[in-house]
Amino acid sequence: MSRAARRPARPAAALAGVLLLAACGPAAPAGGGPAGAPAAEITALDYYADQQGSAAWQQVLDTCSRETGIRVNRQTVPTDQMLPKILKDAGARTLPDLVFADNPTLQQIAATGALTPLTDYGLTTDGYFPGIVKAGTYDGKVYGLAPGVNGLALIYNKTLLAQAGIQPPTTWAELEAAAKALTRDGKYGLAFSAIPSEEGTWQFLPFFWSNGADLSTLDSPEAVEALAYVTGLVRSGSASASVLTWNQNDVADQFVSGNAAMMVNGSWNLARLDGEQGLEYGVVPLPAPEAGKPPVVALGGEVGAIPATGADRQQAAAKVLGCVLSEPTMLAWDKSHAYVPSKVEVARKFGQENPAMQPFVTQVETARSRTAELGERYPKVSQALATALQSALTGQQTPEEALRAAQRASRS
Amino acid sequence: MTAVAERPPRVAAGSGARRRRTRHRLAALAFLAPALAYIALFFGYPLADNIAMSLREYSVRSFYTGEAPFVGLANYAAVLADPVFTKAAVNTAIFTAASIALQFGIGLALALFFNQRFPGGTLLRSLVLLPWLLPMVVSGAVWRWMLDQDHGVVNAALRALGLSDGPTPWLTSPGWALPAVILVNVWIGVPFNLVILHGGLRAIPEHLYEAAALDGAGPWQRFRHLTWPLLRPVTAVVLMLGLVYTIKVFDVIMVVTGGGPADATQTLTTWSYRLSFAGEFAFGEGAAVGNLLVLVATVFGLLYLRTARESLREAE
Repeated sequence: MSRAARRPARPAAALAGVLLLAACGPAAPAGGGPAGAPAAEITALDYYADQQGSAAWQQVLDTCSRETGIRVNRQTVPTDQMLPKILKDAGARTLPDLVFADNPTLQQIAATGALTPLTDYGLTTDGYFPGIVKAGTYDGKVYGLAPGVNGLALIYNKTLLAQAGIQPPTTWAELEAAAKALTRDGKYGLAFSAIPSEEGTWQFLPFFWSNGADLSTLDSPEAVEALAYVTGLVRSGSASASVLTWNQNDVADQFVSGNAAMMVNGSWNLARLDGEQGLEYGVVPLPAPEAGKPPVVALGGEVGAIPATGADRQQAAAKVLGCVLSEPTMLAWDKSHAYVPSKVEVARKFGQENPAMQPFVTQVETARSRTAELGERYPKVSQALATALQSALTGQQTPEEALRAAQRASRS
Repeated sequence: MTAVAERPPRVAAGSGARRRRTRHRLAALAFLAPALAYIALFFGYPLADNIAMSLREYSVRSFYTGEAPFVGLANYAAVLADPVFTKAAVNTAIFTAASIALQFGIGLALALFFNQRFPGGTLLRSLVLLPWLLPMVVSGAVWRWMLDQDHGVVNAALRALGLSDGPTPWLTSPGWALPAVILVNVWIGVPFNLVILHGGLRAIPEHLYEAAALDGAGPWQRFRHLTWPLLRPVTAVVLMLGLVYTIKVFDVIMVVTGGGPADATQTLTTWSYRLSFAGEFAFGEGAAVGNLLVLVATVFGLLYLRTARESLREAE
């Protein structure tokens, strides 16, 4: 730089060089079918940025690095930067060799054309819950498989419920009554998240799906009923209007501090709840509209996918992914991160050994993949649904009007 | 920018003078080259690229394949026809106007206050700068807690002072959310206004005030007829820069409300982000919204340059 400042002719030449490099940026795809010897090291991308999750994931990678003899260079980004980073890397042909992405975003990543089908490497879908296989499937091919899945359940404060003499609710009517009875002294009966993003949709979907609504018709009578029910919880004061701004961590904060007696939240919170002194909590499946009908929650969790980065690297990535998906690693990861194993048999065993996880295991059997119906179109519909949720909760629109507008927006 | 400095060339006398002039020109260009190259590379190229993107159907696929079909102005048409556009545009206008008016008003009042010498004044003035030094995301997150309806300190304070009957739904009511993010943005923006205006005040010679006082001018008259006119060039700079900064505010809104509730605080910047990255992956439409913002900012930027040139001419 200092030299360039002295001689005015230089910067132009340097600039031309930079531009030339930039123009050459997106080189031809490295691609190619799997053949030859696997590479000695790979990079793997994840978004487990919280302390506990990050440590647990590091253990998984260390184990698999030891077992396969392949060095794994880890990259971690915050959740909301995952997809932008992948898209940017896809454009620059600098994708990591192994990606662990939130399952609904797999459709977008696969749609770029940067991923390779897992069947190319002999990774099969045998024994997995059908929901998670669907979530990893794009255009008829499986691009992603998860070592563990999660879902939402109702987590309740045992002390507060016992004081009020209330049993954990199993139906919508019971949930409404319990939330109402537990709301007193400036504390709320129920907390959940209804922020205007995917997180809000994810929390609303169990109500939406359990009532028989589906994502292709957002304004069906079942959908309107589900939205009216959730709106009623806030309107009646059983849940704070602040659900509009709480993400799921905030919801857990409210629960831990005793400001909410029950919360809709995921299994990944259990480790944190265990660490709270004097907090006794219980977990039940999310209440369903009617007794005896199992709830339908959305399937969460990250799927591992292999971008086309060159045959030897892809081979190595497949070996590492194979190890991550193997039963012992799967069990270790799910235990340390409170996820449910994605294979039916492993999950059954896991539930028997970890009673607190049993409600989550039960729900995974009926859980639905968010992208199964809509594929690549899901994010748009999700955004529309989250907006409808906010419009109804704030009273801007009736549930019916809000969902009709959402249906229009999701179609445009 | 260069046009401001340039003068119309005088008619050259002879060929020797012309040659010298040409050499002069070349040397001038060489001196300008680094700046021009910088602008071309870091402003020109991204801007041109963004405009190109807004004319294409740019999807997630385009990142990898590089294929993005040309669609002309379809993205602009789609964006302008979207019901969210009107809301976002109105919100952007209200947010910008209210933020600037309050930031400037409070900043000017504080600058006048700190322009008087008093013990601890410098220390206090440095403390007022704190909001400016904190990362926006940190300020935003703290404000989100403070404005919480049930447990926020703002509502608790209002209640303790007897200023409110019930809790104010700062972030949960569509009517209150926009004032709430404006409040946060004003808090963040006051120091900038304070610093620049204070500098401007310091530049006004003391003896003018002494002369005015001798002529019997009261405090208000001194402000109205001395401070205000002499501060005008600085005021123009502060307002213009404030406008350009405020119109593109993204982080504050994103952290405090995420554009909600029910799009009540959706501005063109947050909407552009949502179109591109959070849901729709319509990068062409996101780019179109971004370009509309650039256009508005450019118009005000040019206005600023004109005012600056005029005041320069006045000074000459």
